[in-house]
Order: sequence, then structure tokens, then C-alpha cells
Amino acid sequence: MPHPGMDWQSFRVSLQLAGMTLLILLPIAVLIGRALALRDFRGKGFAEALVALPLLLPPTVVGFYLLQGFGRNSAAGAWFESVTGHLLAFSFEGLVVASVLVNLPFAVQPIQRAWEAIPRNLNEAAANCGMTPLRAFTRVELPLAWPGVVTALALTFAHTLGEFGVVLMVGGSIPGETRTLAISIYDRVQAFDDHSAGIMAATLLIFSLVALGLTNSLARLTARRNAR
Amino acid sequence: MRRRFSRRSFSQAALAAFSCGSVLAAGATRGAGVPVAAASDLKFALDEIALAFLRDTDLRVRPVYGSSGNFVRQIEQGAPFELFLSADEEFIFRLADKGLARDRGVLYGVGRIVLFVPQGSPMDPASDLSGLRVALEQNPGLRFAIANPEHAPYGRAAEQALRHAGLWELLRGRLVLGENVSQAAQFATSGNADGGIFAYSLALSPAVRGRGRYSLIDASWHRPLRQRMALLRNATPAAARFYDYLQQRAAREILKRFGFTLPDAG
Repeated sequence: MPHPGMDWQSFRVSLQLAGMTLLILLPIAVLIGRALALRDFRGKGFAEALVALPLLLPPTVVGFYLLQGFGRNSAAGAWFESVTGHLLAFSFEGLVVASVLVNLPFAVQPIQRAWEAIPRNLNEAAANCGMTPLRAFTRVELPLAWPGVVTALALTFAHTLGEFGVVLMVGGSIPGETRTLAISIYDRVQAFDDHSAGIMAATLLIFSLVALGLTNSLARLTARRNAR
Repeated sequence: MRRRFSRRSFSQAALAAFSCGSVLAAGATRGAGVPVAAASDLKFALDEIALAFLRDTDLRVRPVYGSSGNFVRQIEQGAPFELFLSADEEFIFRLADKGLARDRGVLYGVGRIVLFVPQGSPMDPASDLSGLRVALEQNPGLRFAIANPEHAPYGRAAEQALRHAGLWELLRGRLVLGENVSQAAQFATSGNADGGIFAYSLALSPAVRGRGRYSLIDASWHRPLRQRMALLRNATPAAARFYDYLQQRAAREILKRFGFTLPDAG
């Protein structure tokens, strides 16, 4: 049995994947979410649909396009290989790309709702007080929208830990690189190692519950402070 | 407030869609033919046999392909399969010992493995794996696909062959592992990996044939892939007929054409 009990290496890969996804996705989600909340433009419905698409599509669709679009025989795949020296599939970077795509709605939608809830005249007031747009953003908008950002963070983090379909399709279960905890559990179950699978499943369950509970309390706390 | 509401309604909709889906799936299980669980290396061969069976008997079978280990688990949990074609005979013995299979079944073929190199890859697909060794030394970013040896019979055979050639330690960090042998083949044939070792039966299939070059690996380099099948406890007469059919000439010809070595007696 190669990994009896808890597979800490895979747990670390899962956490790193969730962290990298957040690092890349949160700034993008704030830009997109804020723009969707504040601006009206032609094709906005279509843009919103594009963001929401990963909610409806099975992860296998994303996996399929990643395998097709980033294989050696595709232009994008050949370009990526010439830059990094390896293919996007079966690499940690490939998982990050997949994860950012799949998590787009989980990050953008709460942020968009948060910005929609900010009264418009508050921005005008900030401008009248001589605040630059950047200052208004950091001092007025961001603190008010903070609970939405925290929700986006928690959902994305939890969803990445739970991601399975895309990783199974484009990962290749490489220890320390693309074998996430979810994949490791699947491999152990297939090998009839219920003992290890049980330990890992319980770890993931408890960890996710605590992480979500903490972020929810944090969001509530800041919301209460804002209300004061 | 609005955010919370929309999230809840989303999860309710998801739940409703999910339960609808499982009801539909349960409905599809009945009436569409004998449900047969088969190791994924049989994908193309068994489809052809099922077609011949339909032509000869007017009975329909519905093969489902996947990893043998997964099927054993599903059968143990009450999955409604009537016949199971495993890639590893140990799985059949396990089910027989638990009283889930009618008996210890019969051997229907012995599998072989190939080294496969996709189009556009410079690797030489020599059967002694010398080309793989050269490619490993030249290309530090090389990725090589096999089925997961922790649970897939064809992955275990690939590991044994690589060990025999003295390449296992060299290759270890560069392996991509398919969840079953069919996924390993998909990784290798799509060009997402630089090569791979998978079932001969898949290399001979029309879907894979034009996608690269391959060579058979010497059967003595790995333990024989003895593939055994057995009727399961709830098998209907139609399933029993298909089980018999698989041991007769027409089916054996097809298995032979897909590279299986056939046992002498049924």
C-alpha cells in the first residue's frame, strides 16, 4: 500500500490549488463583478451568462476543451509547451487554469451582488468630497462590499477543494503535482483501501466545514461592523 | 438578502435536477438489454460481439465499460449487472467467494500490452523499450501514460514491464496515471502524453489505429493478464445465453482479432 492512512502530500496539493486559484481569481472577479454591477452596456446579459456558464456545464466539458485545446497538436498547447517546457495537461498549472475557469461564477456572482447593494449616491458623495476614484474604491466601496468578497473567497476555496471531474480528466494523478485529495480518495477507494479513504474523507469533511464556518462568521462580523 | 435567496434556490434546483436524473437513469436500466459490466480494455471488441449477438439471437446486451475494481465495488453494493467481464481474474474469485457470482467463471482471454507513441512524437516505439530510454534522456519534460498500477490490472502489467526494462525508477516522476486503461490510452493517443503503455486490444481498435505507432511488449515481461468472466447472482437466461455466446467461435474470433490470446478450453 503506497499511501496508507492520510495522504498529506495530496492534501497540500489541494490547498495549494485552492490558494493559487484565489490569488488569481479574486482580483479578476472584483474587476468583472464590479463592472457588471455598476455598468450598463450592450450584451450585458450575454456577459453575465458567460460568467454563469460553469454553473451549468459539467466539469467534463471544461476538461474536454482543455485536453483538446491544450494538447501538443493544438496551437495554444504548442505555444504553452515552448514557453514552459511542458504541456498544460498533467501539470499543476493546468489544474490552476481549469480551476479558475470553473470557479468564475462562484467568485463573480457574490461580488457583483455586493456591489449592486451599494447605494449609487455614495460614490457621488465620495467624489464631491474630493476623493479620487481609487481612494473611493479602497475606502468606501471595498469595505461595504467586503462580505461579498469574503463569500466569494469561501465559495471558491471550498469548491476548489471539492473539484473532482476536471482534475480526473486533465490531471493524471501525479503525486505532489496533480493528485489532489479528492483524487487520492478516489484512487484509494478503487484499490479497496477503505481505511485510508475514510480517514481522508473525514479530514476533508471537517476541514471544509470549519473553513466555511469561519469565513461565514467573519463575513457576518464585518457586516455588523459596517452597519454600526 | 437577495444573494442568500438566490443561492438557496440554486441548490434546490440542483437537488431537484439530480433526483430527476437518477429516476431517469433507473428507468433506462430496465428494458434496454442485459446490463453487462466489462473492463475498459474490452470497449471495442465487446461492442462488436454485442452487435453479432443481436444479429444472431435478436437479444440485446448493454455493455458498460469501466475499471474492474470499480465494478467489483458496485456489484458488492448491489449494482444490477448480470454478467461481469473482468480484466483480472482475482476480482471474479473475490465475487465468487462472497456468493455474488454464480461460480468462479471462465477465462475468456489473456491480454497483452503495447508501447504506444502518438503521431508527432519523435520516440522510437521499439518493443524492448530502448526508444523510450533514449527519449527519457533527451526530454526532461517527457510525460508517459499508464493506468494507475495501484488498482488497474493493465497499470500493474505496465509497471512490471517497465521494471523489467529497468526504467521504472527513471520514469517514476514523469508518469501520468489513467483512472483505467482506456483513459491511459486516451492520454497517449491525444498527444497530451509523449507515449504510453496500454492494452493491445485498444491499440487495434479503429479509433486508435491511425493515431500513432506501437509495438507489442514481450508477454514474459509481466504477469499474464488473465481475464475472466462470470455470471452474477441475478443473471437472467438472456445473460446466460450471452455468456455461452462469448465462448463460441464467432465471439472468440472477434476477441482474437482484438489481440487476446484465447484459452484452449472454455
